[in-house]
Amino acid sequence: MRLPDPLEKLRQRFFGDTVRTFGWISLLLLILLAIAPAKNHFADWRRYQRGYEHLIRTRSDAVTLQRHFEPGVQQIWLPEMGVVDRCTTCHSALKETTLMDVTIQPYRHHPDIPHKLDEFGCSVCHRGQGTATSVEDAHQSTLAWEEPILPAKYLESSCGQCHQQDLKGTPQLNLGRKMLTQYGCVHCHTVKRPDGSTITGTDDPPTLTHIADKTSREWIYAWLKDPQAYATTATMPNFKLKDEDARDISAFLISSSTPASLKLVQASLDAAKKVKDDAALQTKAASLYGESFCASCHAVQNAAGNLVGGNVGPELTKVGSKVKPEWLQAWVRNPHDYDPPTGMPHYRFSDQEVGLLTGFLMGKSDSDLLANVHLDAATPEQIAHGKRLVNDYGCASCHEINGIKRPENFAPELTKIGSKPANQLAFAPGVPHTLYDYINAKIRQPRAFGPGLKMPQYTFNTAQVDALMNALLSHNERALTMPAAKTVAALPVSHYEPAGKAGQLITDLNCFSCHAINGRGGDMAPDITWEGSSVQRDWLVQFFRNPNTLRPALIRRMPKFNLTDAEINTLTDYIMTVYQSPKIDRDSMPLSGYSAGQVELGKQLYYSKYSCQACHIIDTKQDKGYIGPTLSHVGSRLTAAWVYNWMKDPQALRPGTQEPKRNMSDDDARALTAFLMSQKGRDGQEAKKR
Amino acid sequence: MKRTACLLIFFVTALSVGCSRQPKTFVLVAKPTAYGTAIVESSGGKQTAGVGTPLLQPVVLQVNDEQGNAVTGALVILHGPSGIYLDPAAGTTDSSGQFTTNVSLGVIPGRYQITASTTTKTGKTAELKIEEIAFGYQEMLGSQLNDQYCARCHNQESSPERVSNYDNLEVKPHPFTEGDTLNKMSDADLTAIISHGGPALNKSPLMAPYGYTLSKSEIQAVIAYIRMVSDPPYGAPGIVYAQK
Repeated sequence: MRLPDPLEKLRQRFFGDTVRTFGWISLLLLILLAIAPAKNHFADWRRYQRGYEHLIRTRSDAVTLQRHFEPGVQQIWLPEMGVVDRCTTCHSALKETTLMDVTIQPYRHHPDIPHKLDEFGCSVCHRGQGTATSVEDAHQSTLAWEEPILPAKYLESSCGQCHQQDLKGTPQLNLGRKMLTQYGCVHCHTVKRPDGSTITGTDDPPTLTHIADKTSREWIYAWLKDPQAYATTATMPNFKLKDEDARDISAFLISSSTPASLKLVQASLDAAKKVKDDAALQTKAASLYGESFCASCHAVQNAAGNLVGGNVGPELTKVGSKVKPEWLQAWVRNPHDYDPPTGMPHYRFSDQEVGLLTGFLMGKSDSDLLANVHLDAATPEQIAHGKRLVNDYGCASCHEINGIKRPENFAPELTKIGSKPANQLAFAPGVPHTLYDYINAKIRQPRAFGPGLKMPQYTFNTAQVDALMNALLSHNERALTMPAAKTVAALPVSHYEPAGKAGQLITDLNCFSCHAINGRGGDMAPDITWEGSSVQRDWLVQFFRNPNTLRPALIRRMPKFNLTDAEINTLTDYIMTVYQSPKIDRDSMPLSGYSAGQVELGKQLYYSKYSCQACHIIDTKQDKGYIGPTLSHVGSRLTAAWVYNWMKDPQALRPGTQEPKRNMSDDDARALTAFLMSQKGRDGQEAKKR
Repeated sequence: MKRTACLLIFFVTALSVGCSRQPKTFVLVAKPTAYGTAIVESSGGKQTAGVGTPLLQPVVLQVNDEQGNAVTGALVILHGPSGIYLDPAAGTTDSSGQFTTNVSLGVIPGRYQITASTTTKTGKTAELKIEEIAFGYQEMLGSQLNDQYCARCHNQESSPERVSNYDNLEVKPHPFTEGDTLNKMSDADLTAIISHGGPALNKSPLMAPYGYTLSKSEIQAVIAYIRMVSDPPYGAPGIVYAQK
């Protein structure tokens, strides 16, 4: 082979004879051999370590810092968790508390957290590639490794890998987990905890089996088109249905509905009709609505557009445009007739009161809501099409619908969503190729990923999306393979059912909607697991008759259920016998008869040493404390044994209560108990002036 | 020979130019149609959020002219420390003279100062500095504990949902933002007063002891929170060595 002339000359020059060839090839080899040590010499981490040494040299505690510093590649190796983290090679100062003020990376001190670096490493929480020793490999998504560092806003998800319970320091994760169960996510998607249990929804999507009794087809149509137009707080997402699809689904739902056995009382309906045009009746109805504390659970938008009221039940701002008066009067009378598992209590309203409330609520309507909805009578084809759509969209995953079976595994399982490889994901155009951006975009704009997708559009704000992201990212491969010794299991779900006649009453009144008993129930009102040890029987009877508030500043209050004496007796007997703490003997201390000296000593302790007046009121004329319950009647409300034990350790009796434990001596506790038990609240016996 | 050398030099230059990764960012700035003289904060300052998370409320700024009237179409440019994310970082004021931006804080706990500036007619710049606070783990935990145990008395702000007890107390508690007083107290003093109550430092017994209710680390978290929200900011004393 002949090369062109100039090149041939070059070849002659360098490789003309054996010695020259040997020389040149040796040189090449030497250079090649030098690459590895050179790469090592110029490695990122050496530069950072030199920088660190330079940084600490000027500091006042340079000697100590220099002693702590170890040059060379550092590694945390935790075989049981599969952790090989070399992050500390560059992040030299993670444990140096005196470097708090340094803000340049990689020399920052790690903020204080409950875990030790040597026990968990770095990548368990922060993800990224622990074994890497270059900045890019460790932090970013590369071809060989696609798990980038977890953005700081999702860090709480890492706590959720091991901790299945709510944690104080992880508000985002707690909120996200709550949303997962509250917004119906888990009705369609299966999500399993690492212990194998499946997360279940805590929301209560209404049954649609008798929907025609409750509302009109027009309302269903408007609701399907845009649930948030009816109520801004609606948890139902928007399925972005076409007009004809919404028309056909509403046609099918009405046609599949069977009549419910609703008790129709003409007197109530007549009373309801009168409310509309009678100002006096309206005032009366409004005050009944207030007295019954409907607002403890239901919110209504006021004139200024702010929601006022609780979020346990649905928003009632436009309820008059939704329900039929016949249904509403039956519902207010006894909600269990229509929906047995509902959380709404069965108030014992008279027919007249039912009418007042029905009329009052029917007045809460919005004439614009259904103004543009005009539906012709449904054809059989439309109904059949509607049924197909109901199946397609998985409506029965949440709602009970006649003739439709609840679909199994309707949507992809999310048990390992937090560690799904990015190359298995189909990204929507414009979404950066990381798992985090993918999930984020899926929650925000599920329909942007392509035509024919069924996931509905939610109306979450940024904070809510981030919270949900935290919850979802905590469900990953690592969480599933975490050694059992490192995990904290979720609190077992309580299926406590009170027994007997009283149990029926407790279910009928839905005490669990607000109160917790034996681990089951809501947190709006106090836990009453040990109510029997706590209160005196006479007080409880009186309280059921007329629940007066104990805390002046409270706006959510216990409603009056209009119970009969017999019902009150049944409930009281049950509470007094069954809901007893094993630690407290109710009869171990007398309710009265304490010596005047002890009472006086207790009073002094109350007002000086322990300064209880900061939070409690005993003398209504002079004390102002707002935080704890008013104690002017405490001697006729609580048992002495409970008061004494409460003084000794309030958290033991009611975990999480605000009252601090004072570590008081037995004598002080006894004296305070004597003083408090003397506060019977009867005439002239109120606390004397200090 | 010369040609080879030339070629070599050319290749090396081409390579180095091609490989140099100088990210070139162009900030697209709308042209101002009007000029104000001052920039004021409408809302959104002094918010707190976890590190790396967006603030709940947007930051709203307003540009005013000499008479104090809002100016529409004035240019607002925001600058922040590294890590902070401003969306958008620049723009013109809307029809009500306001400029709204969403802020995400960086990953380092602490205070983030955002500087907003607008150009005046004479070509000078009017500036406004606003501060946002990013909570780390400890401060986050502390703020939760503050909500549960402290805020009812130490926070004067009262809402129907949570009525403040501040006005009911004979001896007024110090709000945690009151840096002038609290910055002078050492961590040890704060720990003592939280653990053992007011009398521990000869102060009011209306402050109850929480040492049997909160753990040591929880009390530390509360202090971290107090230090973070204090105004003026708390500067931790450096390490003090005994003189030789």
